[in-house]
Amino acid sequence: MPLRVTLAEDSALLREGLVSILGRFGHDIVDAVADADSLTEAVQARRPDLIITDVRMPPGNANDGLRAAVRLRHRLPRLPVLVLSQYVDQSYAAQLLDSDDGAGVGYLLKDRVGAVAEFNSAVEQVAAGETVIDPEVVRQLMRRRSDPRRRLTARELEVLALMAQGRSNDMIGRQLHVTDAAVNKHIGNIFCKLDLPVATDGHRRVLAVLAYLRS
Amino acid sequence: MPSSVLTYRGAVRSDGERRSRTAWQALARQPLGFLTSAWPWRALLYLTSGLLVGAVTMCLFVVAVSVGLLTVVVVVGAALLLAAALMGLPFARLERWRLQLVDLDGLPNPHRPPAGQGPRAWLRTRLNEPATWRELALLVISLTALYWVDAAVLGLAFVVPALCVGAPIDDPAAWPWAVLGGLLFLAAPYSLTAWAGARAALCRIVLAPREAEVDPHLKEVSESRARLLDAFETERARIERDLHDGAQQRLVALSVTLGLIRLDLPETSPLHRQLAAAQEQVGLALADLRHLVRGLNPQVLTDNGLVAAIEDEASRFPVPVSLDLRLTGRLPQPVETAAYYALAETLANVAKHSQATQVELVGRHHADILSLAVRDNGVGGAEVSGGTGLTGLADRLAVLDGRMRVSSPPGGPTLVLMEIPCRFE
Repeated sequence: MPLRVTLAEDSALLREGLVSILGRFGHDIVDAVADADSLTEAVQARRPDLIITDVRMPPGNANDGLRAAVRLRHRLPRLPVLVLSQYVDQSYAAQLLDSDDGAGVGYLLKDRVGAVAEFNSAVEQVAAGETVIDPEVVRQLMRRRSDPRRRLTARELEVLALMAQGRSNDMIGRQLHVTDAAVNKHIGNIFCKLDLPVATDGHRRVLAVLAYLRS
Repeated sequence: MPSSVLTYRGAVRSDGERRSRTAWQALARQPLGFLTSAWPWRALLYLTSGLLVGAVTMCLFVVAVSVGLLTVVVVVGAALLLAAALMGLPFARLERWRLQLVDLDGLPNPHRPPAGQGPRAWLRTRLNEPATWRELALLVISLTALYWVDAAVLGLAFVVPALCVGAPIDDPAAWPWAVLGGLLFLAAPYSLTAWAGARAALCRIVLAPREAEVDPHLKEVSESRARLLDAFETERARIERDLHDGAQQRLVALSVTLGLIRLDLPETSPLHRQLAAAQEQVGLALADLRHLVRGLNPQVLTDNGLVAAIEDEASRFPVPVSLDLRLTGRLPQPVETAAYYALAETLANVAKHSQATQVELVGRHHADILSLAVRDNGVGGAEVSGGTGLTGLADRLAVLDGRMRVSSPPGGPTLVLMEIPCRFE
């Protein structure tokens, strides 16, 4: 199903690039703006299915895009937001995950846009209310929390990282070249070893893992 | 010396200057060697001359104030009270001079030159200066408290031991008193010096020129240093912005273009694979740029503050870093920037030279001081002199009146302490 997307990105070059990718997959760009204030106005006027925004944008050229997105999520609950940045850090992810329970949130490094098909599936996941977090942020979180490293096997750590990024069992199995049954077994072990509440539903599971890593 | 602790403000001090500068330092550094130095004698001279000055000042001040109050209806009284108020001036001059006995650095004169010629201009300038009134306050504190403590300490150091030693003359059975007297007498250099040091520290606090009273030329020098640092910072931010708006966006756009072309090719075609390789190269270039840009002007510091920036830095560090940061809210921007770079540089030094396997980072904001400590379990022996990054760090901190201390005995561990004055908002 085509999505109605509002896009905010101050670099014209990249804005064009994103418009072509989304158009290519049949999505409908309702607005493509270049600053945080226009983003807020456009979203309120046209209620898109999803917003994609850069973190650093005019007018302040600081984290204006991110702040606008968080504000919009407070005003319009369940509004899916995919945030892109030239540089990722877990403190920005925290602001997004804390807004409206972290459902329908994506936070990715801009580099990921080049892997066009994967990027599009991230867009669709977020629009469906799931949570997608950049591997770089997950790596940061896993370094910060050193105890999983001691309790989990190397393979279980890989699975944990992929779960935290918001990958489904299917995607995890394909990436690690293992069967669904094996993925399920690893996930069961992880939840048991880390003493996490078992959640089968995709988005709730991501949030449980992220909450564990952030605590 | 097994461990060397160096303190420097701006420049690294030469070894010669590591001799004790105050009586307290002398007492703390060599508790035994101190006995044969000149410091106990200096302390004694400081306190006895204090008694003398105190007695004379007491007479003059009490007479001037009481006669002044009695005759205030006549003009003479007002003049006498004015003279009493200005008595702090010669008194403080004398105190500054005496202070050099126990504090080799002494204190500069905080007074401005009079605004014009003649006694009226002099009087107006002096009466308008906060320094004049601080000096009067010191005079009152001295007369009501300090001189009495001087007398008590001198009494305890000499009179009490003398009485004790004399006790067995009347009653031979009282010999333990003589032993006690002897011990008290031996302790006298310590009690004298300790009090002299405390007294000097108090005088220094009251008499030291405030920032506005510092020699304008000195201030100019530190301001121009701050301006230079500002210019560097502005330039860094500009380069970072140019890279962010230019090269980084272009590379991402290039990657997008390559990605879109790949979509049109069958996955089995050799071109598809070559394009994937090209995209990977672009990704590596972006990662390099991101690393460079982060060093130039870390965005997370500007957006989310010092704690987030330090956590970010620590999470990318090759050695495990345990963080214990108790800093609430945002600090002033110059403090955050200086503290961040100081920590980043210190961590970089740890990674390069220390061979440490564990780093501990503690941050506190207490009593208007931001203090940061970095401890590692590495090989130690960090060089502070010789144009290393540490000297540059000290310069950066000195602009904010901060300082850093390094303890790094050969064999480790290394401890770097940084302190930056920073008011609680």
